[in-house]
Amino acid sequence: MSGAITPVTMPKFGLAMTEGKLADWLIQVGETVSAGQELADIETSKITNGYESPVSGVLRRQVVAAGETLPVGALLGVVADASVADDAIDAFIAEFQANNASADTEASAADAEPSTVSVDGLDIRVKDVGAAEGSQLPVLLIHGFGGDLTSWMLNQSALSHDRRVIAFDLPGHGESSKSAGEGKPSSFAGTVAKLLETLDADKVHVIGHSLGGAISLELARLAPEKVASLSLIAPAGLGPDVNMTFINGFISEDRRKTLEPILQLLVHDKSLISRRMIENIIRFKRLDGATGALRTIADACFPDGKQADNLRATLENYPGPVQVIWGENDEILSSAPAQSLPDKVAVSVLSETGHMPQMEKVSDVNKAISAFLEKND
Amino acid sequence: MSKKSFRQAINEALRLEMRRDPRVILMGEDVAGGRGGTSGVTDAWGGVLGVTKGLQTEFGEDRVFDTPISEASYIGAAAGAAATGLRPVAELMFVDFVGCCLDQIMNQAAKFRYMFGGKARTPLVIRAMYGAGFNAAAQHSQALYPLFTHIPGLKVVIPSSPYEAKGLLIEAIRDDDPVIFLENKVMYDDEEDVPDGSYTIPFGEANLTREGDDVTIVAFGRMVNFANEAADRLEKSGISCTVIDPRTTSPLDTGTILDCVADTGRLVIVDESSPRCNLATDVAALVAEEAFDALKAPIRRVVPPHTPVPFSSTLEALYMPNADKIEAAVKSVMSYRMKEEV
Repeated sequence: MSGAITPVTMPKFGLAMTEGKLADWLIQVGETVSAGQELADIETSKITNGYESPVSGVLRRQVVAAGETLPVGALLGVVADASVADDAIDAFIAEFQANNASADTEASAADAEPSTVSVDGLDIRVKDVGAAEGSQLPVLLIHGFGGDLTSWMLNQSALSHDRRVIAFDLPGHGESSKSAGEGKPSSFAGTVAKLLETLDADKVHVIGHSLGGAISLELARLAPEKVASLSLIAPAGLGPDVNMTFINGFISEDRRKTLEPILQLLVHDKSLISRRMIENIIRFKRLDGATGALRTIADACFPDGKQADNLRATLENYPGPVQVIWGENDEILSSAPAQSLPDKVAVSVLSETGHMPQMEKVSDVNKAISAFLEKND
Repeated sequence: MSKKSFRQAINEALRLEMRRDPRVILMGEDVAGGRGGTSGVTDAWGGVLGVTKGLQTEFGEDRVFDTPISEASYIGAAAGAAATGLRPVAELMFVDFVGCCLDQIMNQAAKFRYMFGGKARTPLVIRAMYGAGFNAAAQHSQALYPLFTHIPGLKVVIPSSPYEAKGLLIEAIRDDDPVIFLENKVMYDDEEDVPDGSYTIPFGEANLTREGDDVTIVAFGRMVNFANEAADRLEKSGISCTVIDPRTTSPLDTGTILDCVADTGRLVIVDESSPRCNLATDVAALVAEEAFDALKAPIRRVVPPHTPVPFSSTLEALYMPNADKIEAAVKSVMSYRMKEEV
């Protein structure tokens, strides 16, 4: 037996076992083990068991570290006589793994995963993508009432091929802390300014949708040095009207059947409101504190069913470039204010479009924003 | 948000509620493991399938503790603790062991609110594993939710996925009535995206996991996965199904079931519990009484035979409802033709 190399593989302890975790090695590399002696502890969904060495010999390699979970049959280590050459051991492992090469490829294609940063004691979920180098300024995307960073899923990567693009969940939204504070555009803008400092983004192009548009304007007032330009999509803050059927229904309706007609107010093409989208919003609203935060924001921003803040003066006073994009058929915030904006504002009103132009007219909006950003870097 | 197993989702629900509310305690056989032994190791096991692992380490022996192997004593103690201000989560391990403590559940915990004139609260959760498919033989494989559903005063929850399990368990712990929370032991390694934070899913609200026009399938617990699989296959052959996961058998969302049957006119019910007096018979009776005019075909039940769960894996597989059996039942109700009236 002196030349034999024995693989130690994940055992199958029971009929239901498909994988196991190597909880701990009990024999270290180079130590001698006798047949029947425990080599390692294996943890399964049912039990933790000692795994006995099938043969006597020296544990030559630990292929797997303690704590790893592997399918039944996967190579854990190699036992052989001390006289077997290291090259032979390596060749054996290589051959074993090549023959057992299974579905190990899936982990590679991981997209940029959102991460969580702490701002003012709040957890803020951030999705930060694209190149940091180059002279192009980064972009900050601010979603609207009840949205989250996925509101930009059709825009963020399209804008990020030549610049850094940051999306995040506002406080009270998505997976950020469910504390909305005062719930006003100005209070959110204060948090956003600190978020930019945390992310080392000194100056950004700001793109805000709906309530995020009002927050963008307040950010431009509070921290003008941070705002290179403003792109406002169906922004709040420029007129008194708001569809309270939507706001109240969004907060209170928690079943698919009753929430669907509320969400359909968001778009001109009603078929865009998918089952999946409704389900995701219901799941968000089930989170502890979510509906409370939405109620706080609604009470602060829309008391008596009207918008509390008029930010038209802020828009006029902001010295940088501004563009406004609005859907002609917006049922949440009427596009009427788009008709009477200052001359310096580039305005586009999109036909057959509701309150979500960045979703309903993806390529038009992405093109308009890209051109605007290039002009104003 | 990240992928979590059914086991992790339940562990996280317990952990989050224990952090939030010091009145929440955990008790049961081997929920920690190591108590009374000589090894000095604590939190060795974390429950027979590792669901409560790590909780004693975080919350200590006063809040997470192993009990003697005496279901009558510790389930009774949990009922008393609930009645006097704690919010215990007692683990019965296998639901089959309920025979040893049914009086404490049926005649005590379930009756307190009613018999004390509505003034008593009993925020008790009893967790237990149920179900066949694990080769655990006849005394460790039963699906006894009809037994609990039968008893007024209990709420009965059967989660069908990790996401559902976490939200329903947090709801159960915050509920002021005794809740029986049943975990299918074959599902502990199932994974899906589960939010990191706390959330609740209300009782008595069914979930539609598929929506279709031809046949309504009502399925419970693990059977929801089989029903979804069958519905996806049938969709390819042009038959579209609605799949209803009632989530809780008590309270039961009868409104959603009746609405869906009114839309489709055909009903298949999938229930892995013994076929007499089970949830399938209950739902069939509901629909026969309340939606008879909507029916275009007889109601079909996909249920096991009226026998103990076999140990032989071959026989156990034959015993269980599965996607093939559901598919066949759906096809049979689709091909049914009323006899010509003479």
